[in-house]
Amino acid sequence: MTTLDPRIPEGPLAQKWTNFKAKAKLVNPANKRRLDIIIVGTGLGGASAAASLAEMGYNVKAFCYQDSPRRAHSIAAQGGINAAKNYPNDGDSIYRLFYDTIKGGDYRSREANVYRLAEVSNNIIDQCVAQGVPFAREYGGYLDNRSFGGAQVSRTFYARGQTGQQLLLGAYAGLSKMVSKGKVQLFTRRDMLDLVIVDGKARGIIVRNLVTGEIERHSAHAVVLASGGYGNVYYLSTYAMGANANPAWVAHRRGAFMANPSFVQIHPTCMPVHGEFQSKLTLMSESLRNDGRIWVPRKIEDARKLQEGKIKANDILEEDRDYYLERRYPAFGNLVPRDVASRAAKERCDAGFGVNETGLAVFLDFSDAIRRLGRKAIEEKYGNLFEMYQKINDEDPYETPMMIYPAIHYAMGGLWVDYSLMTTVPGLFAIGECNFSDHGANRLGASALMQGLADGYFVLPYTISDYLADQIQVPRFSNELPEFKAAEDGVRARLDRIMAIQGKQTVETFHKRLGRIMWDYCGMSRNEAGLTKALGMVQELQQEFWSDVKVPGGPGEFNAELEKAGRVAEFMELGELIIRDALNRRESCGGHFREESQTEEGEAKRDDDNFTYVAAWEYMPGNAPRMHKEPLQFEVVQLIQRNYK
Amino acid sequence: MDFKLKIWRQKSAAVKGRFETYKVSGITGGTSFLEMLDVLNEELIAKGEEPVAFDHDCREGICGTCSLYINGRPHGPDDRVCTCQLFMRRFKDGDTIIIEPFRARPFPVLRDLVVDRSSFDKIIQAGGFISASTGNAPDANAIPIPKRNADKAFDAAACIGCGACVAACKNASAMLFVSAKVSHFALLPQGKVEARERVQKMVAKMDELGFGNCTNTYACEAECPKGISVENIARMNREFLSAKLVTDK
Amino acid sequence: MALAGLFLITFLFVHLGINLLLLVDDGGELFNRAAHFMASNPLIQLFQWVLFAGFIIHMIYGIILQVQNWLARPSRYKVEGYSHLSPFSKFMIHTAAIILLFLVIHLVNFFFKAKFGHIGEVNYEGMVLEDMGGLVRAQFQETGLVVFYIFALIILAFHLHHGFQSAFQSMGWNHSRYTPFVKILSTLIAILVPLGFIAIPICIYFNLA
Repeated sequence: MTTLDPRIPEGPLAQKWTNFKAKAKLVNPANKRRLDIIIVGTGLGGASAAASLAEMGYNVKAFCYQDSPRRAHSIAAQGGINAAKNYPNDGDSIYRLFYDTIKGGDYRSREANVYRLAEVSNNIIDQCVAQGVPFAREYGGYLDNRSFGGAQVSRTFYARGQTGQQLLLGAYAGLSKMVSKGKVQLFTRRDMLDLVIVDGKARGIIVRNLVTGEIERHSAHAVVLASGGYGNVYYLSTYAMGANANPAWVAHRRGAFMANPSFVQIHPTCMPVHGEFQSKLTLMSESLRNDGRIWVPRKIEDARKLQEGKIKANDILEEDRDYYLERRYPAFGNLVPRDVASRAAKERCDAGFGVNETGLAVFLDFSDAIRRLGRKAIEEKYGNLFEMYQKINDEDPYETPMMIYPAIHYAMGGLWVDYSLMTTVPGLFAIGECNFSDHGANRLGASALMQGLADGYFVLPYTISDYLADQIQVPRFSNELPEFKAAEDGVRARLDRIMAIQGKQTVETFHKRLGRIMWDYCGMSRNEAGLTKALGMVQELQQEFWSDVKVPGGPGEFNAELEKAGRVAEFMELGELIIRDALNRRESCGGHFREESQTEEGEAKRDDDNFTYVAAWEYMPGNAPRMHKEPLQFEVVQLIQRNYK
Repeated sequence: MDFKLKIWRQKSAAVKGRFETYKVSGITGGTSFLEMLDVLNEELIAKGEEPVAFDHDCREGICGTCSLYINGRPHGPDDRVCTCQLFMRRFKDGDTIIIEPFRARPFPVLRDLVVDRSSFDKIIQAGGFISASTGNAPDANAIPIPKRNADKAFDAAACIGCGACVAACKNASAMLFVSAKVSHFALLPQGKVEARERVQKMVAKMDELGFGNCTNTYACEAECPKGISVENIARMNREFLSAKLVTDK
Repeated sequence: MALAGLFLITFLFVHLGINLLLLVDDGGELFNRAAHFMASNPLIQLFQWVLFAGFIIHMIYGIILQVQNWLARPSRYKVEGYSHLSPFSKFMIHTAAIILLFLVIHLVNFFFKAKFGHIGEVNYEGMVLEDMGGLVRAQFQETGLVVFYIFALIILAFHLHHGFQSAFQSMGWNHSRYTPFVKILSTLIAILVPLGFIAIPICIYFNLA
């Protein structure tokens, strides 16, 4: 084990980013034209980085697995994006946004990174408005804000329930502009299957063309991964079906450390699981918690009747309803952070108070808000969400309360990066959800969009230039280098190996089984015995996969099953690492709840003496991964037990 | 529920396709249309046949990846939903469902039900943006924008680029898609600066790519999963005509 | 396309106005005088060519657009969709073809006869005019022609129903306040104008005027 150095700049917290920018090396315009950058992923992080770097003069090659960059899953973010503008004049500031994010992350993130994030948050809003993002406005024509979980100020900018879509279309427009100028080359329907390292530096990638099945080599002076999170390890999640961890995982195999992988976020307001064919879970925006009240029956017999379908929500009298979040956390009420809300829902359902036929759902009730504000006001705020709920569940949420249950939603963990967002492989950067850096053990609502755009627009352009300033003498790389050939051969061999198995079980069955193990033993609540068992189960599952998976068709054609097989193979390895990380961290923090570490009231209990560090895992071929630590030093914030009461 | 499916199968863009008939059974009403196809595919793989290729990603109605022309309507019989949010309770037990790819010259079939919609990206690249480079932006509240305009811009910007408008149009016209983007920017002060060039370039690219012309049939609006209004087409026509009339040579 | 269409609709109004004079019970005098004015006034003669140009432009554009539209979807659907918003709009090229056929027959029957052939004359207080009214009356005794005229005019109604309001949309004139009115107007025009034209052969055939 070694200690990792995050290379945080000198100076007081509020000056670090300014100091970095002042001292960072620059690349002059003529030299930028000679430098190529590969960006994998075209979500908020990838698209904004591609646009910004191309505007600066670099040659960018952008890759995505979707048919268009505009379809990256950032598009599905609903609620909003945070910024410390303090437009509502409610006492917000950069420091407060920083503080809330650190606290929300349960003190497991890096102070300097989070401060920088809060610092650039305001520029993001300016940039997006300039690009034409139609944020919600008040009648006076100025921008509107709303409040979100984990904060006591209204700092969330939004575009109805489609903020992610609007922000992504903004970044995509910027990317498209640079495509038209010839500064960005777009490669859609490509899966990244390996990272190429030449003389210790990231210099290229190997991709599979998903339409033709061809294996392609691409070289560049630096590689940026903006490929998102790995929540699909859990099978059922709010992630897109194609969202995968291949880029991050192959980078991990090539030497990039994976940090805090067990920190995954379970979002409290998703639609409950309804059937065995279900392929994904749909999120209902957290903003609903602004006006909705969460409850379960107070009496267990009422809950039983609900589960048996004998009564409906509206049959339960007001005094027989248990608004458990308001009861347990009077200060924040229904707006406690996501991890707290999720665990509280699980606690009630485990105690038998669930409200649907599976017993795994709680009510989210708008009747009070409708009474207070009128149906029209609610319709205006949440109309599209209510409509979506009705479509999926065949129930009118204006009349009966919604049913919700927590689901996997986001990965706080990811590739370890230093202050410059560079991984442990020189020249390989990771931005957005793909890295681990800013959200600690729990992400606050409306902060993912903020981080993706902060990294892409305002952080990476400075830090990557600082790296590339040394590279101006390096000529373009030939794809014919032996390193490229070796990597391509490796990719082909792996695909051939999968195709050669021709066993009996489909990829989907393995993915489902993996998800089940992960959710049951490494989900909202974890313990030593369960994790140990799960570790063995995932290892067995991998062996079974490599001897019994069945993939039809061939590697040299459009083959969705082969794509999926490759992704699930990586998910299983990653799942194993998630479990190992969860085993190692014998404390409860944020989304990671170890049953062994809780207060008498059942709240999560951190162990700051032993676990105030980032666990960064190194891939060891054929062996268990090796853990390295980055100690977290808090210069400004005092570590206290989170309290939302 | 049981269904008979007639599905377009085509190995690649280069070869001819044909319809194949399949049966699925035991489908519950709460199963989504795409999940029903998942079930079919699992069975096909088990039988050693090639699964049906279809585009899908977010499965929550926002990414615009899913397509499918179901019983004569893009995204199927429900109004204002994508195929991923179409549920089987919308069909009757024993129904025959005919599933075709979106068809238009600029949307060539890649395999089975998967089509190439990158022509939409090319139209955006032709001018569907505001040239605001990173770092130039003034304060977000520097220009107040009337709520009405912001709301209308949002309504237009809600387009998910799925291509249902093209698929539904008897002329395979992309006017609704292009006009939504043109309107989104034309309604905002930030977008006004480049408005004239934008509309001309985007329309020219649309024509060049081989989309049909708008004859105001309004099938696009009827089938748009996001309810984009044909008002936007009129706005684009207005923008286009005035741009043509006043732009210097 | 849209402009030419709207222009042609104004012509329809003029044409209808003059035709309705046939129904005036004066032995066709007023109509014949009007017809003579139309045939002799130099401004109208000049405008006639503008009208021709309007037709030609409308047709050529219509055909070009239609061909492009067909090319835009080389392989057709097995199940064709429909638009419940504007049913007539799907058949504009078909209605157009019938209207064109009608136009040719119509021109042969009246316009060319009047222009190049020889028709009877009438004398109104010393003024000798061609008896267009008489010609019309004679033609509309034929059952087949009357039926074809009525059919063609119903088809014209369908064409107008979509065409009039559609022209506004194509010109960019869509406004939440005025568009509903335009649509009502479109329906009214589509019903009233052909109805006015239809009234003439019917009245003549059944000897009502």
